[in-house]
Amino acid sequence: MPRTASVPTQPQPRIIVENVSKWFNKRSARSMKDAFIAIIRRQPVRSKQFQALKNVSFTINEGESVAVMGLNGSGKSTTLKLVSGVLEPDEGRVLTRGRVAGLIEVGAGFHPDLTGRENVFLNAAILGMSEKETRARFDEIVAFSEIGDFIDQEVKNYSSGMFMRLAFSVAIHVALDVLLVDEVLAVGDAPFRAKCNAKLKELAAQGVTMMVVSHSRGQIKQLCTRGIVIRKGEVVFDGPILEALDVLEKQ
Amino acid sequence: MTQIDYSAFDTPGRGRGLLDLFRYRYLLRVLIGKSTSLRYRNSVLGWFWSYVRPTVQFLVYYAIVGGVLGIDRRIESFPLYLFSGIVVVNLFNEAFAAATRSIVGNKALVRKIYLPRELFPISAIVGAFTHFLPQLAVLLIVSVFLFGWIPSMTTVALTLGALALVLLFIMGIGLFFSAVNVRFRDATNIVDIVRTIATWSSPILYTWIMVKEATSSVPWIFHLYMCNPVTVAVEMFHHAFWEPVVAPEHRHGWPPEMGWYAVASLGIIVFAIVVGQIVFRRCERTFAQDL
Repeated sequence: MPRTASVPTQPQPRIIVENVSKWFNKRSARSMKDAFIAIIRRQPVRSKQFQALKNVSFTINEGESVAVMGLNGSGKSTTLKLVSGVLEPDEGRVLTRGRVAGLIEVGAGFHPDLTGRENVFLNAAILGMSEKETRARFDEIVAFSEIGDFIDQEVKNYSSGMFMRLAFSVAIHVALDVLLVDEVLAVGDAPFRAKCNAKLKELAAQGVTMMVVSHSRGQIKQLCTRGIVIRKGEVVFDGPILEALDVLEKQ
Repeated sequence: MTQIDYSAFDTPGRGRGLLDLFRYRYLLRVLIGKSTSLRYRNSVLGWFWSYVRPTVQFLVYYAIVGGVLGIDRRIESFPLYLFSGIVVVNLFNEAFAAATRSIVGNKALVRKIYLPRELFPISAIVGAFTHFLPQLAVLLIVSVFLFGWIPSMTTVALTLGALALVLLFIMGIGLFFSAVNVRFRDATNIVDIVRTIATWSSPILYTWIMVKEATSSVPWIFHLYMCNPVTVAVEMFHHAFWEPVVAPEHRHGWPPEMGWYAVASLGIIVFAIVVGQIVFRRCERTFAQDL
């Protein structure tokens, strides 16, 4: 028996970032000799010198599309990497719910000596898809990338545009709950970019939670409803997208 | 504020160690398939190299150790004795080196996408194992057709047991060294030294009896020598392939207290896996920023 629509509960968060701080050491010992010398000289072996994030907290709810904005080096990408699990926070905690995948540098898992087809399966697997899912979506992926017959060519023979189109196409067809987008949409020609944006909007409409890092005002305005502005590792604004863009402008 | 049910949340970047391999077995398979299909891309002879290298190595050892040093006259059917031992050490050396390089070699992925990082050393080890299979095939063919070897249940059990010993041992030390290699590239050099020692510290070019005689005044050296999991595996291969084809009076038999050596080597393997996994888990948190 399908139950009648339950009382709409408060949306549950998809991403929780709580009091997160992250340091990077500007120089770390590269060999045992360096480490040994550092210990003898009573210098810190892993010097905590550069604080990339200072006590960052925010929560992203289910179905929200949030832009993380800031100047170069402000800590946007670090934030994204913490959410994706590539980096771990030094203080505070990050929690996610559901399947998280990133368009973080799409094509990271591509191998030039493999064919397009092999790369699709490899990367879909890396992004967490099963063999069945990949088979089911394979035609869709190839069609979206507009690669055509080149799919059975080795990727090293692709033009850079074709490469990015295929990589993006794989990433965007992964079934997921949270999508992390990191400045990848600057690739491809205008028609393909438009197609990507349309696809992202479609995913957002389906309720996929999105966290976008981008410098493109137009894209952010189209895609996101909320903006988080980070300056020198600190959240300076968190609110509606248009106001966030204004804050960013004044920096 | 909303009531948040924390139990539904995961901490990104925290895996469950080696247990994750079961959940990610499809990805593991794809990664292994990738490395095996890439191994001989752009090479004319391809998989043929998998046979050439051990053959050349075998011929060199046979000529020098067997002929010049005269071991050939002291060990019955020395070619088979040598080859059945050398494949085990080759597997160890190959897989150990591949596992150590695995994290640094997959830099692009480790820095950008979170995957249980244990996948990389394990897929490297399995890749090295597939590379070992042609050598095992050659060993079987040579044993059967040149030495009249007849397989039995015991030989199958000994072969599988030996392979399990070597692979589990590499899993432990491979996890350890692949993680250390991220922070300190010195690990590669240490591993090279270990591999050189491994070739000579197992009875492939001589027999355990010679070691026992040479160390008869200090027996603990022989005990220590025999506890090495690779040595135990080599002896198991000798018993599977070499002993059945030589006349009973030329056989070496098991060293006394072999049971204890097997138990000790199992202990060493368990220790290596536990320490390897713990160190790997500790180091893995900073892989992305250390690479």
